[in-house]
Amino acid sequence: MPNMSLTRNEMPVQAPDVRNKNFKEVALGYTEEQAIDEAKRCLGCKAKPCSTGCPVQIDIPAFIARVAEGDFAGAYKVITQSSSLPAVCGRVCPQETQCESKCVRGKKGEPVAIGRLERFVADWHNAQPETEVEKPASNGHKAAVIGSGPSGLACAGDLAKKGYDVTVFEALHVAGGVLSYGIPEFRLPKSIVQKEIEGLKALGVHVETNTVVGRTISIDELMKEEGFESVFIGSGAGLPRFMNIPGENLNGVYSANEFLTRINLMKAYKPDSSTPIKAGTKAVIVGGGNVAMDAARCAKRLGAAVYIVYRRTENELPARAEEVEHAKEEGIIFKFLTNPTEITSTEDGWVKSVICQEMELSEPDASGRAKPVPKEGAFVEIEADCVIMSIGTSPNPLIKSTTEGLDTQKWGGIIADEDGLTSKEGVYAGGDAVTGAATVILAMGAGKKAAAAMDEYMQKK
Amino acid sequence: MFEILEKKSLNPTVTLMKIAAPKVAKKAEPGQFIILRTDADGERIPLTIADFDREAGTITIIFQIVGATTEKLNHLNEGDCLQDFVGPLGRATETEGLKKVAVVGGGVGCAIAYPVAKKLHELGVEVHSIVGFRNKDLVILEDEFKAASSKFVLMSDDGTAGEKGLVTDALKKLIESGEKYDRVITIGPLIMMKFVCRLTKEYEIPTVASMNPIMIDGTGMCGGCRLTVGGQTKFACVDGPEFDGHLIDFDEAMARGAMYKPFERKAHEDTCNLFKKEVK
Repeated sequence: MPNMSLTRNEMPVQAPDVRNKNFKEVALGYTEEQAIDEAKRCLGCKAKPCSTGCPVQIDIPAFIARVAEGDFAGAYKVITQSSSLPAVCGRVCPQETQCESKCVRGKKGEPVAIGRLERFVADWHNAQPETEVEKPASNGHKAAVIGSGPSGLACAGDLAKKGYDVTVFEALHVAGGVLSYGIPEFRLPKSIVQKEIEGLKALGVHVETNTVVGRTISIDELMKEEGFESVFIGSGAGLPRFMNIPGENLNGVYSANEFLTRINLMKAYKPDSSTPIKAGTKAVIVGGGNVAMDAARCAKRLGAAVYIVYRRTENELPARAEEVEHAKEEGIIFKFLTNPTEITSTEDGWVKSVICQEMELSEPDASGRAKPVPKEGAFVEIEADCVIMSIGTSPNPLIKSTTEGLDTQKWGGIIADEDGLTSKEGVYAGGDAVTGAATVILAMGAGKKAAAAMDEYMQKK
Repeated sequence: MFEILEKKSLNPTVTLMKIAAPKVAKKAEPGQFIILRTDADGERIPLTIADFDREAGTITIIFQIVGATTEKLNHLNEGDCLQDFVGPLGRATETEGLKKVAVVGGGVGCAIAYPVAKKLHELGVEVHSIVGFRNKDLVILEDEFKAASSKFVLMSDDGTAGEKGLVTDALKKLIESGEKYDRVITIGPLIMMKFVCRLTKEYEIPTVASMNPIMIDGTGMCGGCRLTVGGQTKFACVDGPEFDGHLIDFDEAMARGAMYKPFERKAHEDTCNLFKKEVK
């Protein structure tokens, strides 16, 4: 008999005024009892609408049925048939616009908490004693993966399972890409990311950190000199955008990438860190995406009073509703319909304030969102000693500029077909490097698709 | 891990290290840089490549002990290993079409100016090297520069080495005496480069300055190294580190360079105290 409760099991979380002073994980995860109770809310629809909303088509009703029976190992098996990073996706996927948005239970009441169940299953698995992973038999082919973010890890995992000798090249000193340098510890503990990477290594994947493809070695050299038959580019969208307004290079102005990298990759939030960070006493974050929420919540944890400045209204915020909710609970103040036009300076070259143009909404623009237009003559000045620009990123031009025959879009994205094939034979690409900044799960899906196509290509060769 | 194969003290505050890094050595060119971490909790610091040996697979770095990380680095010895060492990063010095170049170095910047002078010399370019130091105890690479230059001028602030005065004095004298350079390449403290560029602007000599701002990833990801060149924001790590010296906003670069000074000073003191305790 299904659990017909209209509301889902609440996820235990750290209290807002406790968690906004530490970097420990905010959401604490379901207990076994909560997970089973929540799983029983699933009606097990034959048509599986939820699975159609999943970018990697996890058989959601099947894994939830196992959870309901208390067969967590079985549930994990179902998920990993389709997903490479369940502990990550259970935490950072925008389920409310994907699987959960299609859930029949959501028509009257709340949808089944699919994301929370996925997280529960993955965490349960990770808490079990290590089991010896059997390395797949080698098929004698070599493949290279550039970038160790979600798309690269997914691609590497799938290729390794098929017996390929896979090497992942990472520019930084730690693998994980945006999972390591971008998403904060309190939303995605780094131990989980490292566990996923250790899992890949157990499958035989080599991870070479400190290797900047395009500088240390080129794609042509990988293929011609190092014997890699096929290459996947998953180099992400790491180039930060700025607004090009006066004062943007003052001391105290960060890109969200720099601010988050100092905190997440370099651990600048720890008192004994050798990497400095200055969140100031009053920080202004410009932008309304998930990255802006991450930056704001980090600044708050470092002791600053935090304002998010966004040129549209709350309805247009691109960040996940849950992130916005968490940010608000933690005491972050939103200033909607405001757009910075200038950052003013103290005498010694530090940020003093942000001058913002007040905006109003007019007709929807090309993105379908109402277009913000300046309100004639209306300006506000917000005092600040730290400003974090979180207005988006674009693909890094390094690989494009060092790889002959690799076509890109005007804005820098690598041109690739449905399977990830680029304009260069044997070279595939996926994730943010192709689409521009998007989600972890879409990148993972692209990595998996490319892995299948690379397999076919290398087998035919 | 990247082994320190050779360590040499060039003066009391400047140290040379030869590091085993075959992949970096294979690609390195003068003007490029590396990023290193001394230990698993260390910060990432950029250092310009002072020399390389492709066959031996080594990169030479020369650094001044100014902060916690360089202090820690200086406490490592031959046989020790660096945690991380990545590169070569940035663009190489452009040498095409040059016939006569003045290389102007100051202080530890000479360590970076030297490989540029050497490469130009090997390409058959007429190189005049002008190097400046505070005093004779701080002079580095004198013989190396002499071997790579057809003219070598040594300057010091107090006159204890070479002539007394600034590198700009020497450069001005050479230009006034009729030397025609098709480029000036300057590497050293920001304030020195600012005045070198101001001088060469007067004479309309194309000038390149090598920038060494605060940096984290070195691949264009953080934007911490941004500077204004000709009114546009550029990233030193991927667009540079060398830029048209007549277009660089040096005042902004100097302000940005001082962003973490109090933190760095304290970190350096703490590190020194730590080493002192260990010695006891």
